[in-house]
Amino acid sequence: MASLLAEAWAIAAKDLLLEFRSRTAFLSALVFTALVLAIFNFARDPTAVSAVDLAPGILWITFAFAGMLGLNRAFALERENHALDGLLLSPASRTALYVGKTVANLVFVGAVEAIALPLFALFFNVPLWPVLGPLVLVIALATLGFVAVGTLMSSMAVNTRFAELMLPVLLLPFLVTPIIGAVQTTARILAHRPFVELMPWLKLLAAYDITFVVLCTLIFEFTLEE
Amino acid sequence: MTTIPSAERSLRRSGLWMAIALVLMAGVYVRALAFTPEEATQGLVQKIFYIHAPSAWVAFLAFGIVGVTSALYLFLKDPRLDLFAASAAEVGTVFTTTVLVTGPIWGKEIWGAWWTWDARLTLTLFLWFIYLAYLVLRTAVEEPGRRARYSAVLGILGALLVPFIHVSVYLFRTLHPMPVVLRPGRPELPGSMLVTLLSSFAVFTVFFIALLARRYAWARLVDARAQGEAERADASR
Repeated sequence: MASLLAEAWAIAAKDLLLEFRSRTAFLSALVFTALVLAIFNFARDPTAVSAVDLAPGILWITFAFAGMLGLNRAFALERENHALDGLLLSPASRTALYVGKTVANLVFVGAVEAIALPLFALFFNVPLWPVLGPLVLVIALATLGFVAVGTLMSSMAVNTRFAELMLPVLLLPFLVTPIIGAVQTTARILAHRPFVELMPWLKLLAAYDITFVVLCTLIFEFTLEE
Repeated sequence: MTTIPSAERSLRRSGLWMAIALVLMAGVYVRALAFTPEEATQGLVQKIFYIHAPSAWVAFLAFGIVGVTSALYLFLKDPRLDLFAASAAEVGTVFTTTVLVTGPIWGKEIWGAWWTWDARLTLTLFLWFIYLAYLVLRTAVEEPGRRARYSAVLGILGALLVPFIHVSVYLFRTLHPMPVVLRPGRPELPGSMLVTLLSSFAVFTVFFIALLARRYAWARLVDARAQGEAERADASR
């Protein structure tokens, strides 16, 4: 177990170091997020629909699409120069590879979200401080499930034709539960509803996370060459 | 390893199943149209129920089969299981499409709208999307072994996703006010309608088995021919 975590961390650290040195994916995901948030502002009639009514949906669609950009990167990186073969030949187990990739993706998507959230508050005039605690909890729960499934899917999508298009086709049906859950809870949090109202959704998000993190960890090795 | 003659034999056998299923189906629809009373408030459009409900049952049954055969494939690595799962997915897509086409025809008449984001409707729509993703994935991977593994992974994940989508759209619906005027409660079925409905379920199941057997036999025949050609190419080299 300890060696699994150490190997996973080594892989995650490698990915994050690569990203930290080039910053291309991170910066483009950030610019993309800012652009989507800005463009969405014109999708509503400000005199008819108040920003707070539309904000949860916009926030989560932005996160989902920005996250997808990051997920595409995770295994596309390893395709170049057959770097994945090197990883598979290393003593690190395949489970460690999956866990490491998932952790790196979580950090990547989490960092984009951390910067996008204040931007979202600014653009849509949403006061964040009073609701930050529950909101971060919801973002963490929804992002974990989405990234766990997305990491597995991107490991398959990268080896298909039209890889960039294949990932959304495979992944979007799996985002139904995290997105509905996250949008519903975010809307209630922003409306200052009591915490009890969030519980059914939080339980569902947690159940989704547990199921798919375990399942994806077990099944990941089948997406690699024997 | 499938030989061409044995695949051709099973294809012929599946034709027999098809014939039985079609005759039974004709019987059920004669009964549904001529010998089952018309529903008092809904009228003739209610007859679509005898296609819609059994199609939905078969669509979910097919998806269950995809999930189970996918899991078995990852353990046993028998290429026939992969062909079987793919055949079930394809036939299941046809029945899901039937559900999604017949539903709105009934909905327009009874609810007054072609589409509502009703929980079951949404679930079926996403079932259809998962099926499509599965079929699209199969066309996007060339190498058969990899295609089989990838589709098995998606088949298993998809089968587990369906209950989650069900719970999410159900929670979404019950926590929201829904139109009350356009949504009559489920009619309690009188005996003769129930018999027709249950026999349509049985007939659709037979029809599904026939289609699945035929699609599977066809897939094996294509596979056997491709292998035969590969061997001949090797021999002539």
